[in-house]
Amino acid sequence: MHTSTLLILVLAFMSLAYYVGRKRAISTAGGVTRINTLHSLPVYYGLYAALWAGLPALLLMGLWAGFQDDILVALVKSELPATMLDGLSPGAASLLVNDIKNLASGAIVSRTPTPEMQLAADRYNLYNQFAVWAMWLAVSALALGGMAFAWLRTQPKMRARNRVESIFMAILVIFSSIAILTTLGIVLSVLFESMRFFQEVSPLEFFFGTLWSPQTALRADQIGASGAFGAVPLFTGTLMVSAIAMFVAVPIGLMSAIYLSEYAPRKVRAWAKPTLEVLAGVPTVVYGFFAALTVAPFIRELGMSMGLNVASESALAAGLVMGIMIIPFVSSLSEDVINAVPQAMRDGSYALGATQSETIRRVIIPAALPGIVGGILLAVSRAIGETMIVVMAAGLAANLTANPLESVTTVTVQIVTLLTGDQEFDSAKTMAAFALGLTLFVVTLTLNVIALHIVRKYREQYE
Amino acid sequence: MSTTLDEMTVRTRATTSAELASGRESRETVGDVTSANPRMVCRHVDVFYGSTQAIKDVSLDIGKNEVVSMIGPSGCGKSTFLRCLNRMNDTIDGCRVTGSITLDGLDIYDKGLDPVPLRAQVGMVFQKPNPFPKSIYENVAYGPRILGLTNSKAELDDIIEGSLRKAGLWNEVKDRLDKPGTGLSGGQQQRLCIARTIAVSPEVILMDEPCSALDPIATAIIEELIDELRSNYSIAIVTHSMQQAARVSQRTAYFHLGDLIEVGETNQIFTNPKHKLTEDYITGRFG
Ligand SMILES: Nc1ncnc2c1ncn2[C@@H]1O[C@H](COP(=O)(O)OP(=O)(O)OP(=O)(O)O)[C@@H](O)[C@H]1O
Ligand SMILES: [Mg+2]
Repeated sequence: MHTSTLLILVLAFMSLAYYVGRKRAISTAGGVTRINTLHSLPVYYGLYAALWAGLPALLLMGLWAGFQDDILVALVKSELPATMLDGLSPGAASLLVNDIKNLASGAIVSRTPTPEMQLAADRYNLYNQFAVWAMWLAVSALALGGMAFAWLRTQPKMRARNRVESIFMAILVIFSSIAILTTLGIVLSVLFESMRFFQEVSPLEFFFGTLWSPQTALRADQIGASGAFGAVPLFTGTLMVSAIAMFVAVPIGLMSAIYLSEYAPRKVRAWAKPTLEVLAGVPTVVYGFFAALTVAPFIRELGMSMGLNVASESALAAGLVMGIMIIPFVSSLSEDVINAVPQAMRDGSYALGATQSETIRRVIIPAALPGIVGGILLAVSRAIGETMIVVMAAGLAANLTANPLESVTTVTVQIVTLLTGDQEFDSAKTMAAFALGLTLFVVTLTLNVIALHIVRKYREQYE
Repeated sequence: MSTTLDEMTVRTRATTSAELASGRESRETVGDVTSANPRMVCRHVDVFYGSTQAIKDVSLDIGKNEVVSMIGPSGCGKSTFLRCLNRMNDTIDGCRVTGSITLDGLDIYDKGLDPVPLRAQVGMVFQKPNPFPKSIYENVAYGPRILGLTNSKAELDDIIEGSLRKAGLWNEVKDRLDKPGTGLSGGQQQRLCIARTIAVSPEVILMDEPCSALDPIATAIIEELIDELRSNYSIAIVTHSMQQAARVSQRTAYFHLGDLIEVGETNQIFTNPKHKLTEDYITGRFG
């Protein structure tokens, strides 16, 4: 008697309702020959009946499945002898409930069961069985009821198509709001945790302090656990790595986009474009160890041969590799934008005696510029949020430095280090990760909004 | 003019219905394709888009101080032929042009010839207005700038005002030269493109339906401009308006399904067409 069986049953009801609804519509119209007296095609009457049979039943099923256990637990708990719950903390009480459930399902229990617990477990099982039966009955009844309702409502004048369409629209709205609500939920939870963090650490220190050392003392006498939360070194580190990345990605990406869209013969484009896009398919963790194991030592040796002191995990190495990762991003976005400039623009320029490079410089790039800028902003927000490469190649030391040869750390790296391993969830150290995450989120969101706005403006220009 | 008969001249030969149906063989042109004082000479021009042939063995001259109008039903290849004259077809993938086209005796499809200066000499106004997404001023200044026609801002300003005036747009835009050209109405854009083309003073001007979006007054201004330009330049104009062809051109060429059916003095074409297809078209019996 599994719920999935019930789901199949409801689906069966829906198909049945579909056929019944269609038949009914045709018969109320007075036979197949008089279908044109129906407001909508018979299919819509079928769908209408199927939706009436299915939707309320499925809704009930969902609600039931969601709340059944809570209600049963509350019931079982209320029947426990009062002495058993007396003086138990909420945590201990839920542990007890868990044990009773485990006992009921025959799983391992964390204590020797008392007769009261055994009794409660038996009751739980009984209620559960009863509840499942009740759900089957209720859901089937609702499905049949819905079908009957649709059957009664079906008549030629009913606007079945309009109704079905508005229901489908409502379903689409619900699904799209799931995505929106999820985002909202994440934002709210991050915001909430950040508030808690800012109650312990002043925002002034966080945003303007230059010392980052998030180890809070577990014991009062611990040394070196000052717990300083000045995030400026993280921000500058992030900025430096991203700037180096953009320094690599923008020229290379833009040039290759111009070459591919304007100069490359068709044959070259056919293999060069996919090859470039392979770069985008390389997992970032691979870039990460490429940066840490190949590029960083190489830069270090190069620097040493020139008498420079290069850290083994330098901002330069991380930035360079991140730049390579972002190249396809910049190039494919710019290429799309350049291709979107209508051929008529090029023709107009050529017809005035302009060369190809003049046309590119004076017509195509200016026309595509807003879109290109938008693409670059998207790439920047990608760089700022990139984690794996910097975790492996940029280092952990929160240095406040402008020297790309030194090791720096970034916001994302710190979030990772703050949250990996066992953590208490109410220490300032852990909550600092949320504050960092919030900052990151706000910055990338702003960049994305600006970028999308620019790109959209640009698209409008040619529509 | 048509007394000197060269290889191209009048070959009266009834088109057989079998030929009409097959649509393969090119039809021979009726009338004199030559011009007494030619600037551009096209001989046996074929144009292919991939494997389909859009222009079939067309020969036509465009003379000095002459306006040649090209008429014919939609899709018959007027734009395609026009685009051959300044090698604009080079920009279309898979487009192939054979035959010979010369400008002042020089083969413009010669391997060694650079199409860039050619296009400065043979300007073109496109069927669809295509202003650059720049200001009105910059749209017109574009050509003179890249060709280095002016030495000072004042000279450039003069050229721009002159071109806009000739295109009949000056009064409408003189207060908003710095506004984007793409923000103009369709007809204004069309005139902006005309102004842009004449700003570089090309010697031959190709106009593809330059008045298709214009009201009668603006059309009259453009026709006046064409007449004025004729004293120095050569002009080929594609138009769907028979009246316009009659008003502005000295010679008229009638195209039909990629063939040049008939060429002649405009008067003669409109009053006394020799070919049945031409007659059908100008009397409105076509399709
Ligand atoms: N870029 C192209 N690729 C393939 N075929 C084309 C292309 N441009 C035009 N053609 C074809 O060539 C033929 C002639 O087209 P063209 O644009 O020259 O006609 P037109 O006489 O200018 O017509 P209209 O009066 O409608 O502008 C048409 O059959 C058209 O489908
Ligand atoms: Mg055309």
